[in-house]
Amino acid sequence: MSASPEAFGGQGAVRPRRQERFHRVKLINESLRVFALRLDDWQGQSFILSSRTGKTEIVDNLMAVWPAAEQMIGRPLDPMNPEVLARLRNRTAGA
Amino acid sequence: MAGTSDPIPVNIITGFLGSGKTTLLQRLLTSEAFADTAVLINEFGEVGLDHHLLEEIDENTLLLQSGCICCTIRGDLKDAIRDLYSRRERGEIPAFRRLVIETTGLADPAPILSTVTSESVIRHHFRLGNIIATVDAVNALLHLRRQPESVKQIAVADRIVLTKTDLAQPGGVKKAREAIRRINPMVPVIEAADGPVDPALLLAQDVHDENHKLREVELWLAASRDDSGDHHGKAHHHDGNRHDVNRHDRRITAFALTFDKPMDWTAFGIWLTMLLQSRGEDVLRVKGILNVVGVATPVVIHGVQHVVHAPVHMKNWPDEDRRSRIVFIVRDIAKAEIADSLSAFNELAGDLDRKTDAA
Repeated sequence: MSASPEAFGGQGAVRPRRQERFHRVKLINESLRVFALRLDDWQGQSFILSSRTGKTEIVDNLMAVWPAAEQMIGRPLDPMNPEVLARLRNRTAGA
Repeated sequence: MAGTSDPIPVNIITGFLGSGKTTLLQRLLTSEAFADTAVLINEFGEVGLDHHLLEEIDENTLLLQSGCICCTIRGDLKDAIRDLYSRRERGEIPAFRRLVIETTGLADPAPILSTVTSESVIRHHFRLGNIIATVDAVNALLHLRRQPESVKQIAVADRIVLTKTDLAQPGGVKKAREAIRRINPMVPVIEAADGPVDPALLLAQDVHDENHKLREVELWLAASRDDSGDHHGKAHHHDGNRHDVNRHDRRITAFALTFDKPMDWTAFGIWLTMLLQSRGEDVLRVKGILNVVGVATPVVIHGVQHVVHAPVHMKNWPDEDRRSRIVFIVRDIAKAEIADSLSAFNELAGDLDRKTDAA
């Protein structure tokens, strides 16, 4: 993956840093849930990605989440995947 | 004026064999303002180039990182750029302030972009500048029909120089322009036969240049507006599914999306990085101006293949329109898929924010 990590590294963020990390993890988790994965903040420095089957991996930034997740489940996590979208819409509708 | 530690801009000149790349390069290098430009070319062609900082690269080694062409680092280019830089640092060659890479006609530009933006040493000292594609007005349609690389070269270009317009059949220039616009609706097209080509417009004026970023965004917006306002009518040009490029590669489509609701920056970042990871090879270009939640002024985003540039903050909006406007050039992805997916991520972010506030 070659997109520059600083592109979405947080300098564009409008929330205070802690709140931004919280918001970020929450949003990412919504999109990971369909794939049975979850992300946790790790000491405000890195993130821990874990699968329901017990695999875990420490990732440094947002850019690193997707390749690590892809490797864990063995297929790409497409944001246009209808299941992901249905899940997000359900959440928005208050489910 | 660039300071000593500012990254050195890299321009890529691409285009088909015989489309006038070297002639263009020759014209650009005679400009005094760009005399301190280093040049890497793939092959010494028939047109002689006389420049004090000219090197040839040997295009034969590819280091495949992940099997994906857009993430490939070109070994030849990596070595050539790193070598140039270390000789510059040691004072063996003049401290060039710009690097121009001329590719072969058949080159896929993606590995070149990837080499400049992701190779660990290079990315600290260089940054990607404008990508310029030369298109020959006489043979444009033929090339586009037969060679997928030519479609890609246009899709990733920031500037198109249309050459041989004086030799084209009546109506040929118009057809070539239309074909270009269908692939890349926001790219400024400059006709070389019109007279001197402005080197600054081609090489230096980009969205990372403080004095020109507003103008640059205005250029994109104007170009994409021309597209929607031409005689084909808005609906046609903004319908991704009917936006066929040609018989050979009708899978590449371009469309503009507008979003009335301000964009949550985090959601946008998550969505785009996820998209690029899963479908990066099919997302040739993303360019746009965003109205970001909590930010009064616009944020410009600019991505080509897997490469997403750092967002650029603008001081002012270029016009009265306060909506987010993003142009996508994609392969085998429908406009509605992109629109629905990004909207869903943005809606959810707004929703989570409201719940957090209420808690």
